[in-house]
Amino acid sequence: MATMPASASDLLKSFKLKTKQQELLIRVSILCLVYILAFITRLFSVLRYESMIHEFDPYFNYRTTLYLTENGFYDFWNWFDYESWYPLGRIVGGTLYPGLMVTAVLIYRILRFLRFAVHIREVCVLTAPFFASNTTLVAYFFGKEIWDSGAGLVAAILIAICPGYISRSVAGSYDNEGVAIFALLFTFYVFVKAVNTGSLAWSLVSAFGYFYMVSAWGGYVFIINLIPLYVLVFYFLDWVKHMLSDTKLFQAFLRITVTCAVAVGGIALGLGMVSGYISPWTGRFYSLLDPTYAKDHIPIIASVSEHQPTAWSSFMFDFHILLFLFPAGLYFCFKRLSDATIFIVMYGLTSMYFAGVMVRLILVATPAVCLISAIAVSATVKNLTVLLRSKNKVVQTGSTKRSGGSQSSSKALLDQSQPFQKNGAIALLFGAFYLLSRYATHCTWVTSEAYSSPSIVLAARGAHGNRVIFDDYREAYFWLRQNTPQDAKVMSWWDYGYQITAMGNRTVIVDNNTWNNTHIATVGRAMSSYEDEAIEIIRSLDVDYVLVVFGGVTGYSSDDINKFLWMVRIGGGVFPVIKEPDYLVNGEYRVDKGAAPKMLNCLMYKLCYYRFGEMMTEYGKPPGYDRARGVEIGNKDVKLEHLEEAFTTSNWIVRIYRVKPPNNRCEI
Amino acid sequence: MQIDLSSHIVKVYLTLKVENAGSTPTSEVLLSFPPTQADHLATVEALVTKGKRKKTTLVRLDVKPTELPDAPNDAKYFTIYLANPLKSGESATIEVLYLLTHSQEPFPAEIAQSESQLVYYRDSAWILSPYHIKQQTTFIKTPSTKVESFTRVEPSNRAGTEIKYGPYEDHLPYSFSPILIHFENNSPFAVVEELVREVEISHWGNLQVTEQYTLVHAGARHKGVFSRVDYQSRPTLNGASSLRYLLARLPPRVHSVYYRDEIGNISSSHLRTDSRKSELEIEPRYPLFGGWKATFVIGYGLPLQDFLFETSDDRRYLNFTFGCPLLETVVDKLTVKVVLPEGSKDPSAVVPFPVEQHLETKYSYLDVVGRTVVVMEKKNLVPTHNSHFQVYYTFKPIFMFAEPLMLASAFFLFFVACVAYLHIDLSIRK
Repeated sequence: MATMPASASDLLKSFKLKTKQQELLIRVSILCLVYILAFITRLFSVLRYESMIHEFDPYFNYRTTLYLTENGFYDFWNWFDYESWYPLGRIVGGTLYPGLMVTAVLIYRILRFLRFAVHIREVCVLTAPFFASNTTLVAYFFGKEIWDSGAGLVAAILIAICPGYISRSVAGSYDNEGVAIFALLFTFYVFVKAVNTGSLAWSLVSAFGYFYMVSAWGGYVFIINLIPLYVLVFYFLDWVKHMLSDTKLFQAFLRITVTCAVAVGGIALGLGMVSGYISPWTGRFYSLLDPTYAKDHIPIIASVSEHQPTAWSSFMFDFHILLFLFPAGLYFCFKRLSDATIFIVMYGLTSMYFAGVMVRLILVATPAVCLISAIAVSATVKNLTVLLRSKNKVVQTGSTKRSGGSQSSSKALLDQSQPFQKNGAIALLFGAFYLLSRYATHCTWVTSEAYSSPSIVLAARGAHGNRVIFDDYREAYFWLRQNTPQDAKVMSWWDYGYQITAMGNRTVIVDNNTWNNTHIATVGRAMSSYEDEAIEIIRSLDVDYVLVVFGGVTGYSSDDINKFLWMVRIGGGVFPVIKEPDYLVNGEYRVDKGAAPKMLNCLMYKLCYYRFGEMMTEYGKPPGYDRARGVEIGNKDVKLEHLEEAFTTSNWIVRIYRVKPPNNRCEI
Repeated sequence: MQIDLSSHIVKVYLTLKVENAGSTPTSEVLLSFPPTQADHLATVEALVTKGKRKKTTLVRLDVKPTELPDAPNDAKYFTIYLANPLKSGESATIEVLYLLTHSQEPFPAEIAQSESQLVYYRDSAWILSPYHIKQQTTFIKTPSTKVESFTRVEPSNRAGTEIKYGPYEDHLPYSFSPILIHFENNSPFAVVEELVREVEISHWGNLQVTEQYTLVHAGARHKGVFSRVDYQSRPTLNGASSLRYLLARLPPRVHSVYYRDEIGNISSSHLRTDSRKSELEIEPRYPLFGGWKATFVIGYGLPLQDFLFETSDDRRYLNFTFGCPLLETVVDKLTVKVVLPEGSKDPSAVVPFPVEQHLETKYSYLDVVGRTVVVMEKKNLVPTHNSHFQVYYTFKPIFMFAEPLMLASAFFLFFVACVAYLHIDLSIRK
């Protein structure tokens, strides 16, 4: 009996891991947990609503993915879509980034091969969270490459829940960015790895990563511009080191080379543009260099909310404490300048600039911000713990040297020698953990409140605190799908184009792929003209149904009346007949009695407010009270001559009108 | 004869007093139908009352379609087989019930939102019969008192919601007197053009039912404007014949019910359950007007022990309802698929009425050889087809563990690979 405990302890000893193995085990389990966390934190929308595709663009991606699964890659590549941009059509295969669809279909095929009877929709819904999980792994390795594995772990955790990334990668947000951020970070990581090791294999992998990125998202231009810039800076710094011995020569050389380079570059650019060798940049890139460009010149870019310049509040919203940790991380990077840290600093600074120009580019900045902040957190915590541990060691050594009772006195001695360091370190550590826990709660809150609504289904609080669902969009789209002729053409503002083709399965005039400004302007012109003028345009476009979105009954504010000025601007940009001041009164946009006469009689106004004057929307308010704008409408007696109401959803959010056939000619 | 026109399914009750006027005993009684009616005939049942006075019980009689070589004008026949042969000069009373679908023709064929739906019903004042009719009276029940017109065959009169034809005396075999009734019928004409019911058996204790509907309002087509403001403020006047909701009667102890379509979940449904039945009230995404369509899927799980039983010779059988669970609905084409667990053998189906049958294979989660699917198809169904059918098969319980074992071994192999990777040094350099 006496030998038993001894053998048991032996057994325990043999199972006991070495420190290195322990560290590996902890690291792997933390990574696994982060991997799972990144996935499940993006499932709020599935739990709260359902497994569905969100927003606008994802519906196009979903539709193309369905086409790819049904018809195969070759047909997909040659797909000419007759259902959009009627009567022009769209060459889909050549005008999209197929990376996302191919990835989703590949995952789908693999799952099917493994006998998981999943639907392609589920795969599409979960693609973005899956890639977000993979991104955390890449962030870990990237952090390990540029700093150490501690920074890598922190970076993985930060990026797993960073709202700037979650905003584009929740379940159902089936968009290019979902896989592209993974591809971007992967390419950068492998590039840095290649720089550090000089290995050809890694650079090859980097090239493939870049290939995948190009196939997935238009944001690849960021990589192709950043890497040459990095190489330039890299050479420059090298050269500086080299030249530092001879200052005079260096300065002269610098002046000459820089002026020459700028002059030659400018001339080449000018010549290239004039002769047409370099195609002029598209508007979106101009607006990156000059934030005010779009506002003045291209209403169609300025009208998109995600192309707006970023407000400070949204930086705070998306980054929270990372915004303060970022400069600290930059400081640490500069302190330990290496090839890798130069790269991450450049990535961070350039992407921060772009994030400031356009809201949607916060996404590109997020990985850099997370990595640099992770360096700050990791370095600080490491320094502090080293401080604490070294002292403990001293305490321990001290206690072992002196036996028993003298322990307290040695401690007192040490405390005297470094009176504030230990307490300060502990306080700072607690402060850091407090900040990080605030960050975690903030991220969870943002994810659940702001970024997990599908925007197809609207939810509101009812009078009794219960949740009310407005499912009007799908009601209307399903009505179109089931009860209109197969070849019916639907005219709506371009925002709803992708959804109508994907869910309603009907041909649209314009959609969210805003490639033809004139076509969109034609629709804008039709919406802002009087009915008898608009009907000419509508007939010339062979339209059967007109769809408008109206929030006056529910108080839904992003409806067509609130978007209407953009239609006027975009229409007026191509057709000068449409003038913005005609719709405004003293520069003010209003829909009540004091509104401009052209406003009260244009097609959009009529379609939105048709028979709305009879409707009681709110108790104690006159009939025809618009809840979205909080006014009683100015024209309650709307008569339609060439269009008739075909369908209105239960909460009036979507209204569909049928274009009447032309009247028979009168008898002579 | 009583004809009930109150819904879009026409219910006809015949109380026949038959007398054997021949000299030899007979046990067969022929019913005949004109070909236009025979096409829409969903079901024919015959019952006979037994016992005297208060202790009467109804006994169901066999009814089979019959071909007669000398049928005039393509009349179709059904033979009722009496339990006891009728001797010469004897008489018996038989109750016959038959249901007709798609037999009310909307006229006008297109109506606006505020108009109510008027329909034609065509029949004969007395039944088409291969026998001599001594006396007959026909009562026709209309859904409301609003009757536009009806053919007069004296003596005939109308009182309230009832039109009475007859009594008529002494008609020759195959005599026919067409009548046409034009009346208001605002009950929604819910027709499921196609319904696929898939019943998947899992021996882990669940029966998963998935039903795919293609629903259409088969009444007068909707014409012109649909105005939401009229529909919301005066629902009885505007859209009287529209289909607002459907009621599905599901078995008790139903769980995880869902109601969705191709583009996602439909949130407008209510489930009420008690110990005897469950009722699911579903609203389509939009009210269905004449000619409008909606497709949707209903799915639910059921505890297996309520439906799966074992026979004495160690076979198992599923006992489940055949028809559509929606009330007052006609199904034009129904496909019932019973997905048996992987590894089941010798399936055979027992259905109380003729159906087309074949077998298929389906691959579900982690299937290697696939599951056997018993497919049964039938056309033109009414709610009375909701009787039980059985599917017999043999199944060895060991197959239940195939899939968990597969998963377990896959994970085991993965961990072994991990362990191997950590312990083996694969580098060439030392």
